[in-house]
Amino acid sequence: MKFMSEYRDPELAKKYLEEIKRTVSRPWSIMEVCGGQTHSLVKNGIIEMLPKEISMVHGPGCPVCVTPLYLIDKAVHLALDKNVILCSFGDMLRVPGSQKSLLEAKAEGGDVRILYSPLEAVKIAEDNPDKEVVFFAVGFETTAPANALSVIHAYKRGLKNYSILASHVLVPPVIENVLEDVDSHIDGFLAAGHVCTIMGNFEYYPLVEKYKVPIVVTGFEPLDVLQGILMVVRQLEQNKSEVENQYSRIVKEEGNLNAQEIIFEIFEVTDRLWRGMEVIPMSGYSVKEKYKDFDADKKFNITIKEAEENQDCIAGEIMKGIKKPFECPEFGKKCKPSNPLGAPMVSSEGACAAYYHFSGLVER
Amino acid sequence: MCLAIPGKIKSIELQHNGMVKMAKVSFGGITKEASLEMLPEAIIGDYVLVHVGVAISKVNEEEAKKIFKYLEEIGELGELEDVDHYLPKKE
Ligand code: SF4
Repeated sequence: MKFMSEYRDPELAKKYLEEIKRTVSRPWSIMEVCGGQTHSLVKNGIIEMLPKEISMVHGPGCPVCVTPLYLIDKAVHLALDKNVILCSFGDMLRVPGSQKSLLEAKAEGGDVRILYSPLEAVKIAEDNPDKEVVFFAVGFETTAPANALSVIHAYKRGLKNYSILASHVLVPPVIENVLEDVDSHIDGFLAAGHVCTIMGNFEYYPLVEKYKVPIVVTGFEPLDVLQGILMVVRQLEQNKSEVENQYSRIVKEEGNLNAQEIIFEIFEVTDRLWRGMEVIPMSGYSVKEKYKDFDADKKFNITIKEAEENQDCIAGEIMKGIKKPFECPEFGKKCKPSNPLGAPMVSSEGACAAYYHFSGLVER
Repeated sequence: MCLAIPGKIKSIELQHNGMVKMAKVSFGGITKEASLEMLPEAIIGDYVLVHVGVAISKVNEEEAKKIFKYLEEIGELGELEDVDHYLPKKE
């Protein structure tokens, strides 16, 4: 397909690898923030092909993985409400809550529907006026405009039975959180190309200034990731720390201003708990007061007790890049995609699932 | 979930009494609808990146070629013979 397959050319990939080898002189740790990039690195075997000096650290950029347990529990609670149609992206269904997953709620008779787009949920609300339709609005900045747009559509069409359960997280604050963590020593970052498609690059300049780390906005195809790594390594070897844009065919410096306007019509920035991590200040979106009728959290006023995480799961350390999935004692043993103990084993963007599916590290 | 893929706009129409601008976008063989509300300037024939039913960016065709020339530009790799071989094929 145009603008995809040509970025998988093995010959050119080899040339990029050779150039990375030629450039690197010392060990460097580079974090790819986004789970989509983790997936691409592991699936295409790039990690094994990189020179041993380069260690790729997998970041917290999997929205499914960082959605807190209590929000999954809320979604499950709503799904079991006879009056509610709970709509969600497919990869949220298997994520374990404290009692059950959405898939289990569905098996118990909950009306849970998997959608490709939040805009479809608005249509479902229109077609089912006697039901409450809730969309589980999970995502990073990339997905926020679509989720916000669904509220705008519902508002404009005068729907009273549509709301979103918002679980939105933001990339720059979590990069800063990783940089502040004494246990994670990251020398440079591949920033998430699709997040920057929406938000632009301006949020990264203060980080580069303060922490003196290179940040390269990077795409997802094998050549994108390889070029991004080369750009980071070149900066590191030259003792530079700049924001660079590898993904300029998609990402404009200012991002998509229309999308930003739509986001901030509906959402405001708030503190936010990251599953397996902690509350990170100003790292998420919640629905603005003006649109509170579309905020499932306010509309249904569910009180859910904070539940304990599964003690065997070390997802937090994995998402901060302190440990690799195969260092988890349960990896491939008690924890598998068919029986995930933690969210990173569920989503295709989760580091544990990527390692399970694509690397030779598990005996099956 | 954050997957966003490029496709070509085949047609554009207004829906819901002109309130919503939608496009039919073809991804290889498959055609899907995508909202153009965040990309009002897009026209038929443009390649756009679509994420969860919303077009979020136009593919910049000039910039798209850079990745194939970068090694040459940084000038540290000998000669990169036959660059044309790597350029995107016209559809
Ligand atoms: S392998 Fe399973 S238990 Fe271990 S960190 Fe990953 S998700 Fe958690």
